[in-house]
Amino acid sequence: MKGSHENTSRPRSPHVQVYRPQLTSVLSFGHRLSGLFLSLGAVLLVGWLLAAVTEAPAFSHLNAWLGSFLGLALLFVWTLALFFHLCNGIRHLFWDAVIGFELKTVYLTGWIVVFTSIGLTLMTWALALWRIG
Amino acid sequence: MGSDDNRVAISRARGLGSAKTGAGQWRWQRVTAVALVPLVVWSLASLIAVVGGGREAVVEWLAMPGAAIPMILLLIALFWHIALGLMVVAEDYLHRDGVRFAAVAVIQLGCMALGVTGVVAMVLALIA
Repeated sequence: MKGSHENTSRPRSPHVQVYRPQLTSVLSFGHRLSGLFLSLGAVLLVGWLLAAVTEAPAFSHLNAWLGSFLGLALLFVWTLALFFHLCNGIRHLFWDAVIGFELKTVYLTGWIVVFTSIGLTLMTWALALWRIG
Repeated sequence: MGSDDNRVAISRARGLGSAKTGAGQWRWQRVTAVALVPLVVWSLASLIAVVGGGREAVVEWLAMPGAAIPMILLLIALFWHIALGLMVVAEDYLHRDGVRFAAVAVIQLGCMALGVTGVVAMVLALIA
């Protein structure tokens, strides 16, 4: 059997380096990437809760860092990743129920996910800055 | 699999049926996802409402069962969801058995440790 597959014309999985990006593949990869990034945010959430509860001076340090430019930038990207993963996750749940598999629908819901997650991120930050600032 | 032949010997497979338990991780990924939709929206809205008040406001908020209980549920569902998601990524991209085994073990132990730490913090907030 060795080597015999080289002569067959079976469909092969796309090779990432020569694969033209499409909305479908970009969102699929983005779902994993945002999930990985959000995992780091979950670690921060636990640290933040623990620091708040244990009266550690770490809480003021952590909050000061989160208020810095780097901290705010990270929080902004985390918010975007969160809303994207949330919206695209709901899209995945509909697919699991075998709803929305038409190619037209897949692209439509894909763009809805993109614009909804951006819109919710901007709304959240407008609300947060208005409450705090 | 040690063989180059990917085909299943149908004589061996016939009549055995499915393994029945194989979809467990897939299903829990979805169950935790559904639970996380309201919990994440609630926690984000609450954090925005409370975070401007400093540490006292955060602790006072977390001391209420109405805040601590959903936060505990969030932590459990979140780290369960993270463990399942990271395991899928590890299983897809790490091809060496030893490396993959180590990565999955680190993911499982790490998520359990972080989830328990978060829940303990919430219990401390409740009894404080």
